[in-house]
Amino acid sequence: MRHGRYPFVVGFLVAPVTLYVVFVIAPYAQAFQISMTNWRGLSAPRWVGFDNYRRLLDDGSFWKAVQHHGVLLLALPLITIAIALFFAFLLNVGGKSSGGQRQGVRGAGFYRVVFFFPQVLAVAIIAVLFQMVYRPNESGLVNGVLMKLGLDPVLFLIRPNLALWSIIAVLVWQAVGFYVVLFSAGMAAIPGEIYEAAEMDGASRVTLFFRVTLPLLWDTLQVAWVYLGIAAFDAFAIVAVLSVDSGGPDGATTVLAMEIYRNAFVYSKYGYASAMGVALFFLTITFAALTLRLTKRESVEY
Amino acid sequence: MSVTPDNPAELSRRTLLGRAAAAGLLATPAVGLLGACATSGSDQGSSTRAEGTKSAGNPLGVAEDAPLEVVIFNGGYGEKYATDVHQPLYRKAFPKAEIKHQSTQAVSTVLQPRFASGNPPEFVNNSGEKLIDFGSLVADGQLMDLTEMWDAPSVGDPTRKVRDTVVPGTVEAGSFNGKPYVLYYVSTVFGIWYSGKLFRDNGWAPAKTWSEFTALLDKIKARGITPYGYAGANAAYYQWNVILTHAAKIGGTDVLKNIDNLEDGAWQQDAVRQAAEAWAEIGAKYVDKSFEGLKHTDVQLRQNQYKLAFYPSGDWLEGEQEKDTPPGFEYQLMPVPSLTSSDRLPATALRATAGEGYFVSAKSKNPRGGLEYMRQMLSVAGAKGFTEVVKAPTVVTAGSEGFAFPPGVASSQAALKAAGQDVFNLYFDGWYKELDTEARTATNELMFGRISADAFCERLQKRADAIAKDNSVAKFTR
Repeated sequence: MRHGRYPFVVGFLVAPVTLYVVFVIAPYAQAFQISMTNWRGLSAPRWVGFDNYRRLLDDGSFWKAVQHHGVLLLALPLITIAIALFFAFLLNVGGKSSGGQRQGVRGAGFYRVVFFFPQVLAVAIIAVLFQMVYRPNESGLVNGVLMKLGLDPVLFLIRPNLALWSIIAVLVWQAVGFYVVLFSAGMAAIPGEIYEAAEMDGASRVTLFFRVTLPLLWDTLQVAWVYLGIAAFDAFAIVAVLSVDSGGPDGATTVLAMEIYRNAFVYSKYGYASAMGVALFFLTITFAALTLRLTKRESVEY
Repeated sequence: MSVTPDNPAELSRRTLLGRAAAAGLLATPAVGLLGACATSGSDQGSSTRAEGTKSAGNPLGVAEDAPLEVVIFNGGYGEKYATDVHQPLYRKAFPKAEIKHQSTQAVSTVLQPRFASGNPPEFVNNSGEKLIDFGSLVADGQLMDLTEMWDAPSVGDPTRKVRDTVVPGTVEAGSFNGKPYVLYYVSTVFGIWYSGKLFRDNGWAPAKTWSEFTALLDKIKARGITPYGYAGANAAYYQWNVILTHAAKIGGTDVLKNIDNLEDGAWQQDAVRQAAEAWAEIGAKYVDKSFEGLKHTDVQLRQNQYKLAFYPSGDWLEGEQEKDTPPGFEYQLMPVPSLTSSDRLPATALRATAGEGYFVSAKSKNPRGGLEYMRQMLSVAGAKGFTEVVKAPTVVTAGSEGFAFPPGVASSQAALKAAGQDVFNLYFDGWYKELDTEARTATNELMFGRISADAFCERLQKRADAIAKDNSVAKFTR
């Protein structure tokens, strides 16, 4: 039955692969080509070789953006996964056990829906929403309350030291819901007997979490880490809509995509912007490869 | 060759991710050849350009039946003035020509691909947040030289050239290295705005000197109103405009010319430093810190609510705020006050220019039609119609005569008259977008107290020097 299998498979693959090549691979390849040129997006590009890459080396805003990706890369997955794991654990196995089966806390179904809400909203809407939350005067959600209480308003997006963390908070808030669901699915796949056995041996909830849930969830965690890492290389929409002065104050919240956007669509330096795009591409690939290598470890079979 | 796992369970997420990445990497070089498509073909343009015979009624030699595509930025001025005033004028002159009208809020999104593929529309209103960088358009030879149009006889009075019917400086405002490429159509006056009602009710008078100004700001502050403010989140250029206007008044108009021409040390001229110092102090004492995080609409609304006294802007402000302005608010313009009695220019001096850019695409099919459309816009009928629809004065001198402007524009027109010859303009923001961006950032840093005036000047000088050395940026001088 092996012959005839390839035409069958190919038949299914032609359309998606063509679409992928035309709309994903080709633009990627083209970015490599454009990055070697000096192109204003209007007339034919002029070949300049590696000039744009040399320029990248002493571009302060580029390195600032890379540095912010470093912070995002650590903070975003760590915080998101920690919160999501905690919630998922409570929703699935954090409650009492009935009939030998571990249950979630009371109202788990309701919370599950609530946690997923942010995921349903478009990113732009979330950014606009947080403009209201962070607004630095009496009409802001947080500062309105603070000022009613007679306190000074917190300048979330304005203080250079606070701005990036305010942005990270939004990214975490938005991502948590999805990972709660992802981890819940992972936890649901863990056989109940294992918990039962552990409990008979007198394991507390904390021990259950660290000794049973976490190891058995390793594969899912890894996927979450890669996804969140890739998300940390993006963050464009939130930064573009939410931050002061497009990635400000003074570049305190800028990310590579913001710099790419600025160079391409404000400065009309498409070649240079493409060089940044290529740099971003390699950063992302390196990250994904490194993560997969570092987290390699035998998964537990059950 | 059996790489397909017989047991699908072997295909874990890990291997799947790994393989997808490998496939992506392998595929990259193979399709490199495809890359040529989006960037090719841009130099051909339209090889045949429509041309007719020149005559008294058709001085630009327009082909009478050639279609014309017009793209209008649908922003503060809307698109009605084009469809209801200018296009009927063109149709009246050339009844056989078909006009294709299009409007957009994102000019570059719509038009950049058209330029890249060599098929641009004839006539474009390039404006708004997403305008196409004029400097790049000029450097890439996409814009039609307007000299012929400016030298053509005007529509109403064939004895006068078009360039003699507009306010002085209009042609220069749209010139790049001495060649006119852009028509800036709307007369724009910059200054500091306040509410006539608020000031009358409190017995305040606009300031002419710096000491009067700071004394007034103190009085306003004592009344519990924020004395001065601009929106740091997206409109910091309103404030660098004030600082540089002030610098020009202190040191003369050459201060700005040096900045525009990227001269050595232009940003570190004494006048610029003095102006920056003076305004940094205003920022420290009289500006609400939260304004750095607000957008221009928020801050302008606060002024309409009488919570903010002074706001720097151009005279489009009154029209923009029409819906939010309470009755009797009465926008009034105050020129930037003098710093000391040794200022080079008098207190009445101000920055005025023509705003709202229009161009004709050199590589379109019917560029002569585009030039003619421009000539029709600059007729007295075209200008009057525009002013009636959008309530803003055009650069056509006879176009605003006898029109009763609302209080704000009336006050800016009066200020312009009072300024006489002491009217100046600056260009670097249109020529070098990077310098504009840096000026915005540095202005926020200065006004909200994070850097000193010296650091402000140094920072901008550094960026200006970098641009001067950058051979990928087209340079302009005046």
